[in-house]
Amino acid sequence: MSLIETQGLTKTYGGRVTALHDLTVTVEPGIVGLVGANGAGKSTFIKIMLGLIAPTAGTVRVFGLDPTVETDKVRAKVGYMPEHDALPPDVSAAEFVTHLGRISGLPRTAARERASEALRHVGLYEERYRQIGGYSTGMKQRVKLAQALVHDPDLLLLDEPTNGLDPAGRDAMLALVHRIGSEFGISVVTCSHLLGEVEQICDSLVAIEGGKLLRADRISAMTAASDVLAVEVSEGTEELAAALTELDLPVRADGRMLLVPLDHDDTYDQILRAVADLDLPLHRLDQRRHRVAELFAPREAADV
Amino acid sequence: MSEASVIHDIGYQRYDGPRLGRRAVFGAMYIHGLRAAYGLGRSAKSKIFPWLVVGICLLVGVILAAVKAQTGLEALNYFTYADSMSWLIIFFAAIVAPELVSRDMRSGVLPLYFSRPLRASDYIGAKVASMVTAVWLLLAVPQLIMFLGAAFTTKNGISDVWKELGDLLPGWAYSLLWALVFTGIGLLVASLTGKRAFAAGGIVAVFLMTTPAVGVLSIMPSQDAQELAGLASPSTLVSGVGQWIYPTANTGMMIGRFGPVYLIEAITLVAACMLLLLARYRRVAAL
Repeated sequence: MSLIETQGLTKTYGGRVTALHDLTVTVEPGIVGLVGANGAGKSTFIKIMLGLIAPTAGTVRVFGLDPTVETDKVRAKVGYMPEHDALPPDVSAAEFVTHLGRISGLPRTAARERASEALRHVGLYEERYRQIGGYSTGMKQRVKLAQALVHDPDLLLLDEPTNGLDPAGRDAMLALVHRIGSEFGISVVTCSHLLGEVEQICDSLVAIEGGKLLRADRISAMTAASDVLAVEVSEGTEELAAALTELDLPVRADGRMLLVPLDHDDTYDQILRAVADLDLPLHRLDQRRHRVAELFAPREAADV
Repeated sequence: MSEASVIHDIGYQRYDGPRLGRRAVFGAMYIHGLRAAYGLGRSAKSKIFPWLVVGICLLVGVILAAVKAQTGLEALNYFTYADSMSWLIIFFAAIVAPELVSRDMRSGVLPLYFSRPLRASDYIGAKVASMVTAVWLLLAVPQLIMFLGAAFTTKNGISDVWKELGDLLPGWAYSLLWALVFTGIGLLVASLTGKRAFAAGGIVAVFLMTTPAVGVLSIMPSQDAQELAGLASPSTLVSGVGQWIYPTANTGMMIGRFGPVYLIEAITLVAACMLLLLARYRRVAAL
């Protein structure tokens, strides 16, 4: 069964603002990245999946259930982590997550146990009896993640989970999301406007822009057959580029590096020979995966 | 290293126990709100004001019970007791209502609630129930103390106890009316802002602004105007209803023949507050 299935999903606010336009997409279980610029319709999509708002037209199925009709069944299976601050400062994390567990329908003792477990999994076991007001941004994000996990959902909807985190906190959060998706057996839809972090952890990607589907596919399919070699020489970059062009290699400059598509097995040798012939100091030559961002290169440039 | 000292990562455990329905969720929300109203499960700071009010109300109740037991003098009956606590009730409403609703709005916790099997009507219904209970207990417990004091020092045995109980039960109903009116207004005002201080100020302002109106109307030359003056303020409105339904209450309200008007306004006021709250949270929940 598909995780999420939409058919011509459209949402307009007040008949004027179109947040989603004729979105048809099928998402399989796994870690899914939902990418798009701010205002692309990501949050609207999430709210529709939670049954918080009804679509104007079209259908949506989450685990084969219609969120606008079988709201409770869908919500029991889904955990939601909102983008913005959502924590009261004057209670402890343990108490807060326990309370939300009960609101998800867990009995009292089960809620308390699951809250401790969820907080342990996000790495807040020791600090769980401290008041949330004294937590750092990273810890608060973890509490938000824990409350989404407390009722053991089958799907997590994460809206910008790395928002406001420093690079280390960002990596830790991404690792955690990846672990939840790969080890806990919970599917994850993570929203982001940063392709870079999504492609690190996701199996598949749904890109939307202006409420329309841009592309939906597995990351492997998007990056397959598009591996490139990155060549960096300390000097004489232009000469090398000219030499490689003569060898019929489509060279592209990327900062101080040259990118060459890895089409044949002997591309390596050709480059090495060219470098040796020109007697240039080779700084590095490595294969790197084509980054998903490059698939959306013009769009990315427009967003920044 | 012994076998026992090894820490095992037991990994993620799925939950396959029972998941309760919306009724249980409502109950959890209600208990949570009731505890929050008295600052239970919160910091010591948030216990100060509610328990100060509780302390004063209890103290007055105990004193009244003791005075009646010792001297047989009834300084205040169950109705006038509630009336004379009115400013404390307003104070209590101004603490509790923002604690219950403004706080959730301020901290942005509402999306976490409404992504769960909890509807806007469940949420606000539970909050209303919590606050009504909290305000009612504030009056009902001292009333019970007054009753117990009277019941244990009765001179004519069980018949006096029954008579006293006959006074207590309407007194409790009267306290419930206080609780309903003040909850309705308090929560409605508090639901408009996430800032607790503004909400508290707003609630006190509603009562502060309407009291002079009653004063002005009650010195008008027309007797009708005087008897309708109580309608202008929630506190006197409640007293008027009590006076009409239970004429021996001695609330001191001059309502003349307008008793039903007081009751209708009270019912309308409570109903309007509830509907407005519901409409407000229907919108908030969709965000």
